[in-house]
Amino acid sequence: MNLTLRVWRQAGPDAPGRFETYEATDISADSSFLEMLDLVNERLIEQGEEPIEFMHDCREGICGTCGIMINGQAHGPQSSTATCQLHMRSFQDGDELVLEPWRTSGFPIIKDLVVDRSAFDRIIEAGGYISVDTGSAPDANLIPVPKDDADLAMDAAACIGCGACVAACPNGAAQLFTAAKVSHLGLLPQGQPERYERVVDMVEVMEEHFGSCTNMGECEAACPKGISIDFIAMMNRDYLKAKFRNRRTA
Amino acid sequence: MLDARVPDGPLETKWEHHKFDMKLVNPANKRRFQIIVVGTGLAGASAAATLGELGYRVKAFTYLDSPRRAHSISAQGGINAAKNYHSDGDSIFRLFYDTVKGGDYRSREANVYRLAEVSNNIIDQCVAQGVPFAREYGGLLDNRSFGGAQVSRTFYARGQTGQQLLLGAYQALARQVKAGTVELHTGIEMLDVVVVDGKAVGIIVRDLATGEISRHSAHAVVLGTGGYANAYYLSTNAMSCNVTAAWRAHRKGALFANPSFTQIHPTAIPSSDEFQSKLTLMSESLRNDGRIWVPKDPDESRGPADIPEDDRDYYLERRYPSFGNLAPRDISSRAAKVVVDEGRGVGPLKNGVYLDFAEAIERLGRDAIDEKYGNLFEMYERITGEDPYQVPMRIYPAPHYTMGGLWVDYHLQTTIPGLFAIGEANFSDHGANRLGASALMQGLADGYFVLPYTIGDYLAPQLGSPPVDTSASEFDQAEAEVRGQIDRFLATNGTRSVDWFHRELGRILWDNCGMARNRSGLEKALSEIPALREEFEKDVRVLGSADTLNSSLEKAGRVADFFELAELMCKDALVREESCGGHFREEHQTEDGEALRDDDDFAHVSAWEWSGNASAPTEHREVLEFEYVELSQRSYK
Repeated sequence: MNLTLRVWRQAGPDAPGRFETYEATDISADSSFLEMLDLVNERLIEQGEEPIEFMHDCREGICGTCGIMINGQAHGPQSSTATCQLHMRSFQDGDELVLEPWRTSGFPIIKDLVVDRSAFDRIIEAGGYISVDTGSAPDANLIPVPKDDADLAMDAAACIGCGACVAACPNGAAQLFTAAKVSHLGLLPQGQPERYERVVDMVEVMEEHFGSCTNMGECEAACPKGISIDFIAMMNRDYLKAKFRNRRTA
Repeated sequence: MLDARVPDGPLETKWEHHKFDMKLVNPANKRRFQIIVVGTGLAGASAAATLGELGYRVKAFTYLDSPRRAHSISAQGGINAAKNYHSDGDSIFRLFYDTVKGGDYRSREANVYRLAEVSNNIIDQCVAQGVPFAREYGGLLDNRSFGGAQVSRTFYARGQTGQQLLLGAYQALARQVKAGTVELHTGIEMLDVVVVDGKAVGIIVRDLATGEISRHSAHAVVLGTGGYANAYYLSTNAMSCNVTAAWRAHRKGALFANPSFTQIHPTAIPSSDEFQSKLTLMSESLRNDGRIWVPKDPDESRGPADIPEDDRDYYLERRYPSFGNLAPRDISSRAAKVVVDEGRGVGPLKNGVYLDFAEAIERLGRDAIDEKYGNLFEMYERITGEDPYQVPMRIYPAPHYTMGGLWVDYHLQTTIPGLFAIGEANFSDHGANRLGASALMQGLADGYFVLPYTIGDYLAPQLGSPPVDTSASEFDQAEAEVRGQIDRFLATNGTRSVDWFHRELGRILWDNCGMARNRSGLEKALSEIPALREEFEKDVRVLGSADTLNSSLEKAGRVADFFELAELMCKDALVREESCGGHFREEHQTEDGEALRDDDDFAHVSAWEWSGNASAPTEHREVLEFEYVELSQRSYK
């Protein structure tokens, strides 16, 4: 199949960007979206043009590195699918595709389609963990966890940290990412001692970097792991409770 | 001579006694030591977090944009531990025994026993961190069985066990970043290790976004930088997985052990065309319920559902009745190669075998299968466009893991004092074949429970001496080499892309040093690889500059190292005149096509020394002694 790509090219963080048009010809419908870009890049190198930089690593939809806005949709048209798992059979011969980086001030552009998502690490560092030093844990079966709770925690923990939720959000909010971690830990008995401190600490750092949530729901629709916005409600409830409990002294 | 520093005494108490015998660093003095940890996968992140908790000052480096993206995250199936929660006869000794046997008797007994011993602590630790392992209705932990074992000892979190364990380690690391004990450097690639007076004292790194090159010094350097299956180009590894950190340590004097011991995983999705960039793994856990078969007739033209039972060959169940579809990885892979080579492969390119769930769906119901493997089925459908609930999956072996790596002693120290290697980057525990669900176990064992003890023994005598100054001439020299290589790539201005060379190299390796090897093929590869490397040096085209993000430039350095490593892999495969585990020499097989070991001449580790010339490495040997496990022909029949 043949496609026309309009791709955001930007030489560096402070350089002005622009759209460039490339023809992607003779693409196999069985190839993945990123393999299509590999091929376009091979041809660019042949012509002596610098290849398009894009984010990718495991190409199995689990590392969360990849992420491209394809025709305005984070990770493209297929639901619950990261860019790397998208295949060309999802497109038609002759399609024109506009490729942009995650567009949000929380993720500054490094080059072309590559952005800096380190703000996510800052949110986790603020409290997205259970404080347990190596070697100090009791036997794993000492505390039973009801299967439903464990399953729900796992649903939240499935987040891959790709940032599609932020990219899709009109406000550039990171509520879904933050709520997934808050809920994962808050649903388990092991996460209880720090539950209310954790939510406040994480939300504060989140707000330093990202916009505010207005319950648009775009995040859930874009999420490659189908993380539910119910977790945002859980996080908000915990946050309110934490404020009332005045658990925090800061 | 290689001294593995294995402690004396009975196997069961070696580690316990050794922990007592090793020197300690007093808690208040730990902050006077600087440690560099390169790599933030399961091994690196768990080590950095634990060292930080202990009070050491740690600098952690990853070339990825976040520790959470390390390739450990892709592990699907599970993690082994000898908990015996199901009273099915498991024990530390059995896990030890299975691992040594599974590795075809080419691993060090004392290391493997220690691994089995700490396996239980790992599960406790991870549960306490909030890893959401699968549970039974009573709230206790669930287990499943995996290849090469006859007990259920594998803990799992859906098909995302690696992800959840890595996030646990990443979160422990994040906690130490906040506490100020760990300084985290993301998007930074290590390009050389600096050795002063024979000791590792620092590293040279490059910031991938800005191109800035900088120097870091420390009292010890730990490499948790993963394996080298990407030498084959097509593998299940993530695109950026590479051997560079380990290889550059090798060039500085660290011996590289058993490089030819590579694991070809039996259940990946077969490739569909030549532009394929990587192979996707389907978890081994699928073999719990899926049955593997091919048609008996090479000219079979019917669809899988229309082929009656009598015309199917369930070749694993036929050849290995007691382990059946759960035969170990090396054996399952070779068995698949045999039937595909016979022309009985399935799929449009006849390059796969069926993994069929029809019977399991009928027996357990679709919901039960969905619960266990739902995400894997979805992933398969996304990639192939076929629904595995309706049509059997097609699978074929793919390079997946490397048992070889930097040689380390019982302390996990390489032959360069002060340089440690953990996780897949070292060679230690899996012998010639790794059992499923043991990589996660080893990465976390090394990082959480072994290295943090053994590194203290190295550091304690250095109390009071500051890290070497980064203005030392050895740093100048290492940095100059790094800069020189980058300049050379940009100045070459050849005609072919880095990927083109990598693909060609991968083809040579896969054809001659893959699932089956023989003398003539290996000799051919040993003449083709240096020729291609020469061409690479003259004709590679790397565009752009060194002062912005430049992924071609990054790849060029990694592929250059793969070239040198590939030669060593073939050399190692050539001198090992026996078959064992993943290393199958066609000249050495039993009448029914099983690997034929030669314990008299090859019960040793080959550890290679860099001689300055990639084509002429020097071999050293560590003889393996087995006191507790009796060497026997490995049988899974």
